Amino acid sequence: MMLAAQSIAGFLEGLVGDTFSGWGIQHVLAAAIHAVLLVHAFALSPFLFIWLERKVSGRIQDRLGPTRVGGLFGWLQSLADGIKLVQKEDLCPPAADAMLFKSAPYFVCIASFAAFVVLPFSSGWVAVTADCGLFIILAVLSLEVFGIIMAGYSSGSKWSLFGGMREAAQMVSYEIPLAICALVPIVAAGSLNLGEIGGMQRGGIQNWFIFHDPFTFVAFFVYFVVATASCKRAPFDLAEAESELVGGFHTEYSGIRWSFFFMGEYASMFAVCGIAGILFLGGWNTGLGPIDELLYAARNNSVDSPIGSYLANVIGAFVFVLKGSAGVFVQIWLRWTLPRLRIDQVMTTCLKYLIPISCFLFLGATIWPLLLATATQRSSWTPEPLGARFAAEVQEAETTEAFERQALNDGEEIQ
Amino acid sequence: MIAGLQAYLLVGAVLFVCGVICMATKRNGIGVLMGVELVLNGANVNFIAFSKYTALGLDAQIFALFVIVLAAAEAAVALAIALNFYNNHLTIDVDKANRLKG
Amino acid sequence: MNDSNLLGGQLLFAIFALATCLSAVAVVVSQTVVRMAFWLVISLGSTAALFFLADADFIGAAQLIIYVGGTLILLVFGVMLTASSPYLKIKSSPGETIIGGLLGLLFMFAVFSSLQGVEWPAPPTGDSAVTAGSPEGNTLRPLGLALLGARPDLDLHDGDTLSTGYLLPFEIVSVHLLVVLIGAAYLARAKRKSAAPAEGLES
Repeated sequence: MMLAAQSIAGFLEGLVGDTFSGWGIQHVLAAAIHAVLLVHAFALSPFLFIWLERKVSGRIQDRLGPTRVGGLFGWLQSLADGIKLVQKEDLCPPAADAMLFKSAPYFVCIASFAAFVVLPFSSGWVAVTADCGLFIILAVLSLEVFGIIMAGYSSGSKWSLFGGMREAAQMVSYEIPLAICALVPIVAAGSLNLGEIGGMQRGGIQNWFIFHDPFTFVAFFVYFVVATASCKRAPFDLAEAESELVGGFHTEYSGIRWSFFFMGEYASMFAVCGIAGILFLGGWNTGLGPIDELLYAARNNSVDSPIGSYLANVIGAFVFVLKGSAGVFVQIWLRWTLPRLRIDQVMTTCLKYLIPISCFLFLGATIWPLLLATATQRSSWTPEPLGARFAAEVQEAETTEAFERQALNDGEEIQ
Repeated sequence: MIAGLQAYLLVGAVLFVCGVICMATKRNGIGVLMGVELVLNGANVNFIAFSKYTALGLDAQIFALFVIVLAAAEAAVALAIALNFYNNHLTIDVDKANRLKG
Repeated sequence: MNDSNLLGGQLLFAIFALATCLSAVAVVVSQTVVRMAFWLVISLGSTAALFFLADADFIGAAQLIIYVGGTLILLVFGVMLTASSPYLKIKSSPGETIIGGLLGLLFMFAVFSSLQGVEWPAPPTGDSAVTAGSPEGNTLRPLGLALLGARPDLDLHDGDTLSTGYLLPFEIVSVHLLVVLIGAAYLARAKRKSAAPAEGLES
């Protein structure tokens, strides 16, 4: 694993000097700076999206939504809510298992925060560059369920327990199509590294993986439906179904612990939409060929003009956040438009429709390049054939190794 | 050097021993299952340590992967058995499972 | 981890190793099964962090998604389905607990002393098999190729035609998982023969 903060670390190395460099203090500092930046990204997204949710729901219901706190658009409403929630009494019902009850919200929060660690905001703007970034992010997001189940079970209330059970059943099922749909563009990309996947879609909207082949096009919509369900958003919010289960898993929670659940929920909404943005919608690329090339050139020119490279990354991050937020907006829109499904309908949708569809898409995506190659008599249609690419890597490694050995032998002979 | 092979093996040993005690002392069937998970996990920690610090390399990681997958399979079957046992006896106490013909 | 990163690496190792061991002990000590599951999640999650620290990214992520995200949720689900009363406690008798604890300590001592007694071979300097092509835990591609039967990370000698990959075990595990899927579904199918239905979830 590599801290992508090499630049920050390098900068600090110059600052701290040689005194502490043996201790690796600059790496620790760089890690701390990254952590602080990430916490901001994590904390600000719920702040923004809760306000957005209120505004959008207001508009959909022909209301204005919040207008008072923070000017005409009420954009400080989330802050006001937060202050109110902090002040509320932190209740723990006597029937609850206190230790589990109190730690469950943190579990949810930690899981969805950890997803941001491998989510790239722009080319190279990622806390941890991992070769299997997509796999890690899906793994971490799947932990969130455990907090919900804990909350449901430990509350000592039947409504909470029902919510927790529903969440467990729903999530264990929906993780399967989620992972398979995420694999469909991976077949086209040949990498699980989110940074690499984003970089591949440079140079115009036709390079976005959603337009790569018919299967990825359908997979995007299936992924979005499944991702909505995996964030337990309406119409799949059976875990909290307030019309039948009072509040579902969070019935007994109040104050700041209650708000932790929602911070986790909104943050993971952004995380799954961000994944959709990177996998299907070009990541931080604008989709306009010439502009993309211009930004790419500026980004890679960090030696001559560091500020230009930085600005290009800022624009990339802005585009990425815009795409992620658009996804969240659609999820909010769906929530206030569609009625809630029944639990058996939710399970049927997943097990009888979404899983077969996603399996079919995955199969199709693997066969598609072969079919296309046969039909058009070209050797391969993938931009960079996987086998060839890996063979090249291996050969490169071997030649450098052989070269080094040769050099070593030469050196020994000379001595 | 603290975080060497020895340290990883110690962690693996603690997990293993905790798992064995858990399997031996818990009377709840699902608790016994959790003990099995701990034991397998202790083995995995050792595999990963060997992968990093010895010449075993990638093979150890593949073994660990197989252990994880087989543990999942084992948990699914054992849980099905536990559910069946509960349906028949209305308890999950493994000490009550003392008849062959249930 | 390069050398200048040693401090952070060791600190993280210490934190996660401690979390792993303490929550493993907590699993043994706790009485209610859901608390056991909770501590088990923390223990297994910290183990995944240890895997990340040991440059095994893929195994760490697999540990998280399969063990913590899948198996343990299944276990908790099982706990909920088999609870005959809320916060069910099935206590062992004190004598058994003491004997178990003593035997455990003895066992721990035996394992530790044998650990200290073994002279481990010195770690390979420079390029071990895993870190040859990818020094930073990017084992994804070599792992995938090994599961398909190709081993670019090994130096095969010239006359060595034997495949050192894991294609056959991989296939066997796949079929095994399918069998388990069907078998578990068959075993756990609803066939309530007992007169009194399970009312544990209601009470």
